[in-house]
Amino acid sequence: MDTHDSGVARPVLEGPDIARVLTRIAHEIVERAKGAEDVVLLGIPTRGVFLAQRLAAKLEEIVDAVGGSGRKIPAGGPGRKIPVGSLDITMYRDDLRMHPPRALARTDIPSEGIDGRLVVLVDDVLFSGRTIRAALDALNDIGRPRAVQLAVLVDRGHRELPIRADYVGKNLPTSLRETVKVQLAEEDGRDAVLLGAKPTAPAGER
Amino acid sequence: MMRHLISAADLTRDDAVLILDTAEEMARVADRPIKKLPALRGRTVCNLFFEDSTRTRISFEAAEKRLSADVINFAAKGSSVSKGESLKDTAQTLEAMGVDAVVIRHSASGAPYRLATSGWIDAPVINAGDGTHQHPTQALLDAFTMRRRLTGPDAGLGQGLDGKRITLVGDVLHSRVARSNVDLLHTLGAEVTLVAPPTLIPVGVETWPCEVSYDLDSTLPKSDAVMMLRVQRERMNAAFFPTEREYSRRYGLDGDRMARMPGHAIVMHPGPMVRGMEITAEVADSDRCTVIEQVANGVSIRMAVLYLLLGGNEPAVTHTRPTASEEK
Repeated sequence: MDTHDSGVARPVLEGPDIARVLTRIAHEIVERAKGAEDVVLLGIPTRGVFLAQRLAAKLEEIVDAVGGSGRKIPAGGPGRKIPVGSLDITMYRDDLRMHPPRALARTDIPSEGIDGRLVVLVDDVLFSGRTIRAALDALNDIGRPRAVQLAVLVDRGHRELPIRADYVGKNLPTSLRETVKVQLAEEDGRDAVLLGAKPTAPAGER
Repeated sequence: MMRHLISAADLTRDDAVLILDTAEEMARVADRPIKKLPALRGRTVCNLFFEDSTRTRISFEAAEKRLSADVINFAAKGSSVSKGESLKDTAQTLEAMGVDAVVIRHSASGAPYRLATSGWIDAPVINAGDGTHQHPTQALLDAFTMRRRLTGPDAGLGQGLDGKRITLVGDVLHSRVARSNVDLLHTLGAEVTLVAPPTLIPVGVETWPCEVSYDLDSTLPKSDAVMMLRVQRERMNAAFFPTEREYSRRYGLDGDRMARMPGHAIVMHPGPMVRGMEITAEVADSDRCTVIEQVANGVSIRMAVLYLLLGGNEPAVTHTRPTASEEK
């Protein structure tokens, strides 16, 4: 097995893969939202926020290209900014009472608001689904979107709630003994998705 | 681990910065259509006020309600305390009712410490001002206001108040706000100067981590923030200065004195202000005066403290005060 050196995480997505995957998700959003006119991207801290910002930049490129090729120009015209923000879910977590209080991250709702808009939640890894449930609760206190969709870079399975992603960068079947770690240049200095063994497992067991 | 907030001196720098950073996020909730967070849902907080208070009591209540806690308000007036019930019996009554936290204001210095360490009640205790001892949430909201004004709401994240020159003017002797502020501002790296008539400087001030001056005019040009303290006539049992006119002429802040402060410097006051005594109406109403801002920031700070003490299974703030058994 190539994971015999447990502790050393194996990259499953590298920088160019992540860029390609985000471009594809951006195209899917434009296709499904028919032009991304009322899309608001909300990233879940920490890494979801950077992914949301990258997606917004790609969406702006796509929308501009469509406008520039003489086809139907979307409302707002070329050069339109896609609203992007962040949504901290710390205080909505269902395990809040099981840990010491966590430091809060930034919630930053674009000035346009979310009422009547298509909110796309962006996160790095979809796992139990509990984070997304908390995010839906948090959204409830902020406004009433037209619809909420979910974009994730990696779906590693093992859902504990009836939640699925609308846009998935990579489906990554994992065992519960494995960890999935997303690194992004903004936070970690490099782009990668790493698959490793849980640190609690004794090293070199096999 | 620290379960209580009794004194600003108990806070480490990391704790204090964590509270200020958390308050910065709490402040953003005030801009939302639904000003509520679910962090303390199902927890009961009792506001135990043995001494009069307007802004602190309302501020704590607003903070508790914004965090979805259930609030019980207790004022000594109109309660069994006026029939002679002791603090111990009141505390045990609250314990029996299953209160999850107690916010206490008391005219006796040390009452919150007694409540926290006596074993009468198991819940965390937050000091909302005790006698002439401490008022830690006031010091935190003052530091929060200074950081927001002098460094900026976002630029200040993760930082203390290093090198900032803060001047506290007035009735230091009777002021729990001054004691808490000296402790906390020193912890955060600020340079604190107390200015007051010698009669209103407490004995033992030389052990405090601050400078003392009797001359307001020479201190003002070297100040980034000037905090005026109220002359607490209700606690005065002797003649500490000849006349009010003389006091306000030497230690009151008026427009001329404010003009001598650096351009970026702010004027603060913990409230309630006595206009014409320690501060003139001209200064109180100017845009350099942060009194109203301090009140708004007070709600954010108290939300942060309540969240960090009660929001999880154990407090996020570490402990530096020895327990009662260690002191013996």
